[in-house]
Amino acid sequence: MSDNVVDLPIPGTAKGKADSTAEVVGKASRVKRRLTSRTATAVALVIAVLWTLPTFGLFISSFRPAGLISTTGWWTIFQNPGFTLANYQEVLFSTSQSSPQLGAYFVNSLAIAIPATLFPLVIAAMAAYAFAWIKFKWSGALFVLIFALQIVPLQLALIPLLQMFTQFLRPGQIWIHELIPMIPEQGYLPVWIAHTIFALPLAIFLLHNFISEIPGEVIEAARVDGASHGQVFFRIVLPLAVPALASFAIFQFLWVWNDLLVALIFSGGTQDVAPLTQRLAELTGTRGQDWQRLTAAAFVSLVVPLIVFFSLQRYFVRGLLAGSTKG
Amino acid sequence: MTTADLLGKIIQVVAALAAFSLVIGLVLFLIDKAPKRGRDYWQLAFFLLPALILLAVGLIYPAFRTSLLAFSNSSGEWVGGENFVWMFTQPAALITLGNTVIWVVVVPILSTAIGLAYALFIDKSRGEKYFKALVFMPMAISFVGAGIIWRFVYDYKSGDSAQIGLLNQILVWFGAEPVQWLQTSPINTFLLIVVMIWIQTGFAMVICSAAIKGVPTEQIEAAQLDGTNPWQRFTNVTLPGIRGSLVVVITTISIATLKVFDIVRTMTAGNFDTSVIANEMYTQAFRAGEQGRGAALAIVLFLLVLPIVIYNVRVLRQQREIR
Repeated sequence: MSDNVVDLPIPGTAKGKADSTAEVVGKASRVKRRLTSRTATAVALVIAVLWTLPTFGLFISSFRPAGLISTTGWWTIFQNPGFTLANYQEVLFSTSQSSPQLGAYFVNSLAIAIPATLFPLVIAAMAAYAFAWIKFKWSGALFVLIFALQIVPLQLALIPLLQMFTQFLRPGQIWIHELIPMIPEQGYLPVWIAHTIFALPLAIFLLHNFISEIPGEVIEAARVDGASHGQVFFRIVLPLAVPALASFAIFQFLWVWNDLLVALIFSGGTQDVAPLTQRLAELTGTRGQDWQRLTAAAFVSLVVPLIVFFSLQRYFVRGLLAGSTKG
Repeated sequence: MTTADLLGKIIQVVAALAAFSLVIGLVLFLIDKAPKRGRDYWQLAFFLLPALILLAVGLIYPAFRTSLLAFSNSSGEWVGGENFVWMFTQPAALITLGNTVIWVVVVPILSTAIGLAYALFIDKSRGEKYFKALVFMPMAISFVGAGIIWRFVYDYKSGDSAQIGLLNQILVWFGAEPVQWLQTSPINTFLLIVVMIWIQTGFAMVICSAAIKGVPTEQIEAAQLDGTNPWQRFTNVTLPGIRGSLVVVITTISIATLKVFDIVRTMTAGNFDTSVIANEMYTQAFRAGEQGRGAALAIVLFLLVLPIVIYNVRVLRQQREIR
């Protein structure tokens, strides 16, 4: 995948040739473009506004007092001015039974997403290394099988996986709870494992593509010098594969952060485990008209992905392009 | 959340990460100490087995189990194809299938069309980067978040009270009566589809834009010198040049659309005739206790996704070879 998906320069091949004639053709075409593109620009502007307006409206509303949100439209903000941070304070910190108490769920989202990103990353990188640099029988066939697993929708695995977790994982969790009472019976473990499993096929495939392109001489030289596969993997392969690892990590982090289905099934839905998305879905079901809460709550859940998105857009796009068949 | 709760959570995460690195470090250490004979096999096993075991236990075996479940009822008795008969005869289930078809036809076509048009219009314009970020942003938002954003747009207030949903306000401005959008079938399905289009257009736009920039400028300039108008240049030069990318975009969005769950779940929970397969699968298996029906729906989902994925992979392969 190309590095410059978002702001691509004009492809290098065209540059050399075009240089001499660029000025003449450039001017002519620019004049033409300006004439023909007026409607195009207008349409583009309309699309851009349409695409931004819903989010903008919600954002504005999240800072309006409850009384104003429910009686006046956000577009009348100048006729009905009012600004408050109370909505955010209420959804995040209020301890009353009826409020969303998002603080706990925010922590859960982080606590789920970080290990659920790191576990598959490491396991997949190891498998990818084995497929790329350790010769063994059935290597090719096995790799194709894992690649093919990407087409299994995770819906197909949900029911039996949940049954297995209750049967085998549950006793272990209860044991841990008795050992350390602070850790609730219903811990993060099932959610982590589920996310890790569902991430593996794509992760192995992507990382293999990258790791197999590391020059063979580098690895051969280290092997000849007596380095074990473990040393080669940690000292040479992982540092070289950082761009691919970062791409996948960002993609996986956003995927887990934004996931609802896996959370619904494996988290149990309590404050101990459930992530923000699950809490939000619940709130829209039970308190669909409490807009002062919903607007602020929605933005609390959007903050992290939006920061990741705007700061790491380039990596995100690359991960997205490569990972678009996931799920 | 009390401090003890928070502490418990932090302990869980730290302990899990520590245990994970400890296991990996330990095995790595032991493997270097393994007897020389067969050391390569030990190393291979260490690198490969974690992934293979997880996939076998967590994905392959469950998939087979689900295939069996699809032929049993809620108490585990073998019922043959009864679940599939239910799916294709019950009115409610048929609506679900019909909705899924509507989704998978409308979403890929419209989001690709809008994304492509937008990518063309802003191509090489000033501030292209910012234009792109605006339309691409919904891609980073969770489906649940998007659901809330759009529920707010579709909000309905009865009687004379002022509308706070933008869509109904626009109706009122034009002198029409406000509508309970999400409760009114069949328009509600299309309003949910709008949300999916809103999310997927950014994806289509980014890939189309990259493809458009890959079309050689000489070809476009040559066509320009031949006196073609922009539309002719688009259909005869640009479009053939980006065909491969278009196929990938359409198939990718189709797959995502087939599996759409969160949007329906958040906005209507599948009520008012808006359910789709993925949502119904969840409702049947995990809400109604009908695991057999849920499994059967999952199988149908798999069968629908299968041909699209195969086609997608073949196109990708061909493109790789050309490169």
